[in-house]
Amino acid sequence: MRRAVLLVFIAALLAAPAAAPAFWITLLNYVGLYSIVALGLVLLTGVAGQTSFGQAAFVGLGAYTTAYLSLNYPAVSPWLNLVVGMAITGFVALAIGFITLRMKGHYLPLATIAWGISIFYVFGNLDFLGGHTGMSGIASLSVFGWELRSERHIYYLIWLIVMASLWTTNNLLDSRPGRAVRALKGGLEMAEAFGVDAGRLKIVVFIYAALLACISGWLYAHLQRFVNPTPFGINQGIEYLFMAVVGGAGSVWGAVVGATLITLLKQLLQSWLPHLLGREGNFEVVVFGILMILLLQRTRDGVWPWLSRLLPGAAPRAVSAAAALPGRARPHGMAPLLVVERARKEFGGLVAVDELSFEIRGGEILGLIGPNGAGKTTMFNLISGALPLSGGSITLSGRQIGGREPFQIAELGIGRTFQHVKLVAGMSVLDNVALGAYLRGHAGVTRAALRLDRREEARVRAEAAAQIARVGLADSLHATARSLPLGRQRIVEIARALAADPLLLLLDEPAAGLRFLEKEQLAALLRSLREKGMTILLVEHDMDFVMGLTDRLVVMDFGQKLAEGRPADIQRNPVVLEAYLGAV
Amino acid sequence: MSALLEIVDLHVAYGKVEAVHGVSLTVDEGSIVTVIGPNGAGKTTLLAAIIGLLPSRGDIVYAGARVNRISVEERVAQRLCLVPERRELFAAMTVADNLELGAFHRHRARDRTLGKTRDEVYQRFPRLAERRAQLAGTLSGGERQMLALGRALMAAPRLLLLDEPSLGLAPLIVKEIFSIIATLRATGVSILLVEQNARAALQIASHGYVLETGTVALAGPSEEISRDVRVAATYLGRAPERSLPS
Amino acid sequence: MDFSIAVLLAQDGVTNGAIYALLSLALVLVFAVTRVIFVPAGEFVTYGTLTLASLQLGKSPGTVGLLVGLAGLAGAMEVYAAARERTWHRLPRRLAIYLLVPLSIAALVHLLAPLTLALPLQILLSVAMVTALGPLLYRVAYQPLAEASVLVLLIVSVAVHLAMLGLGLWYFGAEGSRTPAFTSASYRVGDVQISGQSLLVLLFSLLVIAALYVFFGRTLYGKALRATALNRVGARLVGISPGLAGSLTFTLAASLCAFSGVLIGPITTVYYDSGFLVSLKGFVGAIIGGMSSYPMAAAGAFLVGLLESYSSFWASAFKEVIVFTLIIPVLLWRSLTTHHHEEEE
Repeated sequence: MRRAVLLVFIAALLAAPAAAPAFWITLLNYVGLYSIVALGLVLLTGVAGQTSFGQAAFVGLGAYTTAYLSLNYPAVSPWLNLVVGMAITGFVALAIGFITLRMKGHYLPLATIAWGISIFYVFGNLDFLGGHTGMSGIASLSVFGWELRSERHIYYLIWLIVMASLWTTNNLLDSRPGRAVRALKGGLEMAEAFGVDAGRLKIVVFIYAALLACISGWLYAHLQRFVNPTPFGINQGIEYLFMAVVGGAGSVWGAVVGATLITLLKQLLQSWLPHLLGREGNFEVVVFGILMILLLQRTRDGVWPWLSRLLPGAAPRAVSAAAALPGRARPHGMAPLLVVERARKEFGGLVAVDELSFEIRGGEILGLIGPNGAGKTTMFNLISGALPLSGGSITLSGRQIGGREPFQIAELGIGRTFQHVKLVAGMSVLDNVALGAYLRGHAGVTRAALRLDRREEARVRAEAAAQIARVGLADSLHATARSLPLGRQRIVEIARALAADPLLLLLDEPAAGLRFLEKEQLAALLRSLREKGMTILLVEHDMDFVMGLTDRLVVMDFGQKLAEGRPADIQRNPVVLEAYLGAV
Repeated sequence: MSALLEIVDLHVAYGKVEAVHGVSLTVDEGSIVTVIGPNGAGKTTLLAAIIGLLPSRGDIVYAGARVNRISVEERVAQRLCLVPERRELFAAMTVADNLELGAFHRHRARDRTLGKTRDEVYQRFPRLAERRAQLAGTLSGGERQMLALGRALMAAPRLLLLDEPSLGLAPLIVKEIFSIIATLRATGVSILLVEQNARAALQIASHGYVLETGTVALAGPSEEISRDVRVAATYLGRAPERSLPS
Repeated sequence: MDFSIAVLLAQDGVTNGAIYALLSLALVLVFAVTRVIFVPAGEFVTYGTLTLASLQLGKSPGTVGLLVGLAGLAGAMEVYAAARERTWHRLPRRLAIYLLVPLSIAALVHLLAPLTLALPLQILLSVAMVTALGPLLYRVAYQPLAEASVLVLLIVSVAVHLAMLGLGLWYFGAEGSRTPAFTSASYRVGDVQISGQSLLVLLFSLLVIAALYVFFGRTLYGKALRATALNRVGARLVGISPGLAGSLTFTLAASLCAFSGVLIGPITTVYYDSGFLVSLKGFVGAIIGGMSSYPMAAAGAFLVGLLESYSSFWASAFKEVIVFTLIIPVLLWRSLTTHHHEEEE
């Protein structure tokens, strides 16, 4: 059914030039050009959470490169100019991204305004680019010797590129790097815990969006045969972002819907408002601004989610059998797997973890317990790399963990869960768990975008499905993570950690908020994992839960080790009772 | 005694997940009532709904009127105050300014008894008086909790909602905070106390509710709750079958 | 460049910097309290200048219509909210704030405009007029979205900027205006000529900054705004409503912007669309202050003024490029140091 709607859409696109008047073809050409840029923003802003007001500058780079080259080197094919333009844009995006994508919160969008304006002024002030008057007389494009002189001809090329970008972007979102990109927004810490180099991935996505903008600019230059700085200024950059937000920045189709709506709206306002009001002026900007405010007050997710509800839901893709992913070499026996030696963590003057030493032996479940504020979670974060050590050392199978980033620690073989469940809420359970196997796949953005990753993807999905079955959630494979109750979400987190094939499983208060029966099931699951040789470190508050489950306990209080031993001994230790049970 | 706060069949969603399902509870005028339960049981969510930080379905009747629809600020103006788990102090402002702002709506209403309240708060917490010119962010954990309590008292509350006042504090400080809470009742303030430290909470409260996964698992007078076998095992650390010394 | 040119440039830079400083303070204030990045600040500046220019010509400024329209809208929204929440008891007070006060100001400006009053009175009227737009704009555009993300608020800000820009063209036309200097006095110190106008601008900015300092340090409402900026939940829990804090903030910010507009009028010709670039320079200052420190923001704004002044001498075509590229290293430094703090907490 969805496919049928898509086919009707494509048929309408193909038929348009034959039926529509020239005016509409011009509009559709612009819709196409804008869609390509907005598509980049869907990925960059809507999915990855990195807001950019500066995309128009990248469109400008594409347009100016081909304009300059085709005027000064007319013998060179415009297609080669595209390659040069993409190389320049890619390089500029890499440089800008490298500097600005480290910024958090609102700093990044402000930075995009800053470089967006700077690049705009550079276009207007360089004499060899024609200054503020621009450059005219740019050659038209040809495809296999067929010159695309009229707007009706270039129309096909524009929309072919729109459809191709939709296809690659959609492919990308449904892949190994895609899952990681979807986790960037709001789940950065989680993504890094499964080996995603978030800093690098953000730059890759930024470059991808910049390249789409560059292609749009290249098409624009050959459609208009004229460039000047105006369409590449910050105002246009703002408009691109509007398109993505209005259309629905969470989905690739949101870009097309947004570009269409805004282009038509502006056109409509420009032609009708002066008649209605009986005077000239740019009222369309006023109405446009007001409509935007109203829209955002009514719906913050844009129009597409609302349209999408009218269409029937797509059936989830089945998991097919595939060869198992290669596993990790595992050390045998009860040798110490993780050794913590005199670990220390200070926050300002406060010592949260104070010279703590303990070890975890292969194949055991160790509980780290203590009253609230004892430093358990800090200790946990030191092992997972979420916090850097202030002193001491932590080694996994003899290799240093201290000083490494979380994504490097994941590679060494530590899988973790989070105290506050961190799943990508809109993604299926299967995709969430498949994200856990991120380091066991290799497909990059290019392979994923071109669908060359399917064999590996099948293996990753099969592995994820197997882990989901192992924890007993096979019936929720295709459910979205947010639709599950909290207890089951915690189990999904365990499946995700298992998909990483870890040597050591770190669980941060896995029993918090679980019902009695759910706790029993969780304990049974952890026991069965231990029987298969998994080593587990459990940080818990719930004394009852750890007593029956763990092999040994380490009790913390005020950042120090209060006691260590078998649960039965700990239970009888008077010092522990005094501190832990909150005597008053 | 009449009910100052009466909650009937309250449902609260936190984000898209419903965290409190059909909770009913009552706080009588002049009493201390405690809600205990494990992490993630919905205790904080419940308080957030009572104060109005989260929307809810069901009835919250305070001082005889349904308050579900009115804003946090109006509930505060009606002397319903929350001391949140995270304290939520104004870190870069002085202790004195924090207290002054605690009485914000009384200032606006030109309440003349303000000075008296401030003197009482400083009397109750001499350490705050010593540090009145110090920035709130530089206080120790215990002092912060005292300031949070003091700031709420500046609003002259009728009902005080306390969320985990013992969280992250050393045992000695916990003891001090609890004895202060116990003395507040003598001044006519009613208290709804949410705690993980079940033993201490049940000692000062007259009634208790055990909240588990968003529903009331058990309710009754404090002594009855303390005697309940499962509560004893789970929250009081006195698992009868293991007979821990206490 | 000889010494006297250097001093002249410095004088220009400091004068512009003083105006940018007022804007930076407004931007920091609005962001800290409401998390709104106040993009339409520039339009408030141009409205300030152009309203004054209209009054000079004895014309009732077009912004009167906007004030009336926004007041009507805000009043209607209050009635609707009162009906929905059944909180009629609050309505009279709200209507007084959102309907009566702005309508009175609009009527006053409209009636007094043809009299071409003395310059100080005209300035007062213009500032009052533009200031009144602030809380109304907050009520109509931002308050319904108070809980939205910074990004959504930023996009709304951009939309408001566009709408106000278009209205500016409608109200004031495409021609620029320049208002007369406050004084034609000029002082000679050694070889250097110092204009009285520059001194007045500087003096005035410093006075406003001092007044703000007293407001935030001493008064209950000033403290309430600081408290909201520091901890929004905490502020609500002591009874400071975000709506109150928001409209108070927008009132202050709008008056700061209107003052900058009045100050900038005699220095340069102001067009309906001049505001955006001016406010962006205020932004650079605000960003140097990390969108949170008032003294740093003001210092940053002076730095921007000087940088702009000197770069317009050496590379005038690239003056904007230089000023805006400056932001990036500052943003980077800010972002990295802020991250550090979050980690420590």
